[in-house]
Amino acid sequence: MKYKSQLRRQTNGQIFAIPMVLGVLSIVGLVSALVGDGVWDGVSWATLAIPILLCGYFFLKRS
Amino acid sequence: MLMLCITGLPLIFHHEIDHLLHEEVQAAPVPEGTPRANLDLIVKNSLSKDPGMVPHFLIWDPDDANALMVSIGKTLEANPVDNRIVRVDAHTAAYLDAPDVTGRFTYIMLKLHTDMFAGLPGKLFLGLMGILFCVAIISGIVVYAPSMRKLKFGTYRRDRLRVVRWLDIHNVTGIVLVMWMLVVGFTGVINTWAELVIKVWQFGQLAEMTAQYKDKPLPANPSSIDAAVQVAIKAEPNMRPAFVAFPGTIFSSKSHYAVFMRGNTPLTAKLLKPALIDAETGGLTDSRNLPWYVATLLISQPLHFGDYGGMPLKIIWAILDIITIAVLITGLYLWLRRRQSGVSIERVVIDASASDHRPAYTS
Repeated sequence: MKYKSQLRRQTNGQIFAIPMVLGVLSIVGLVSALVGDGVWDGVSWATLAIPILLCGYFFLKRS
Repeated sequence: MLMLCITGLPLIFHHEIDHLLHEEVQAAPVPEGTPRANLDLIVKNSLSKDPGMVPHFLIWDPDDANALMVSIGKTLEANPVDNRIVRVDAHTAAYLDAPDVTGRFTYIMLKLHTDMFAGLPGKLFLGLMGILFCVAIISGIVVYAPSMRKLKFGTYRRDRLRVVRWLDIHNVTGIVLVMWMLVVGFTGVINTWAELVIKVWQFGQLAEMTAQYKDKPLPANPSSIDAAVQVAIKAEPNMRPAFVAFPGTIFSSKSHYAVFMRGNTPLTAKLLKPALIDAETGGLTDSRNLPWYVATLLISQPLHFGDYGGMPLKIIWAILDIITIAVLITGLYLWLRRRQSGVSIERVVIDASASDHRPAYTS
């Protein structure tokens, strides 16, 4: 079947590359609304919405 | 943890829920620039329906510029948690209302969420649960690696057995939310230490600032509160008052009005700076930034509540909370399943994969 079981063993670096980026984005989002209003709030909404959109994408996409 | 996530959900919107469920006497609408009432009169009026009670704190309502709140207790020594909050009109000094909040839905949720009606021990217990939650998240990161060795990020095997699907849900939701969960979890833990942090400040910095007043009794003829706030504003012209702690309360000495000033950005609004005003002479005694441990507590609060970026942030917070509930439920299921069968989830998944080598009839 096609769940990439043909994928070669990934290193920890490969496994955690995307999660690291998401983690940094989360921190940016958490801090930015603290720093200021207006644009800063917007940055916060955008970055913190990413995990939600990703969950929606992975679970709802038709394979 | 599940209980904390569920009770926390309505608390994100506690202000809106209270507004919806409970009538509130509104302050009179006034044109901009209307002079504000004398604060001494406001405090006096707040006691008009409860003679004999004493004011602990005078608080500027962060959500309503037209109202002030006075927290009054039976005695100065009474625990402020049991105080009544009287709302007073900021311009006319008229008594608005003093709602009993203890029967409210949001109050019950708050108590369940913070101490389960068990006071400080309850808080510290929930704090310990919070620490375990953070430990569980970190162990989750550790086991994420072997589990994803041969899978692409975000894999969801929708046509497999439930145990495989739920493992995928747990992995995907857990890893994309990991930083948010850690921050909200850990700042929640810090909040459970609030009472201890305030005590340390009281016996540390506050005692130091008021050392020469140590053995003085409460002032017999306290000076004007309004004047004290003016002195504080003069000392910190770029800040606004957040609240005043009266002499003899937990946030002040016996001889001072402690005027806690706030800045104007979301961050500096949380980092309060107390100005201590001698309650006999009305002069400024000292004004210092709060020490790092109180500052940490004050910064932890918005990061836990999610109330610092308007309604969109609250909605995002609520959705992230719901996804966290999914992480917890799938995690619990996987753990129970493993305990029952005595077989590791990896084993189950491999067995399930083996059965997928049957002729493929799914697309």
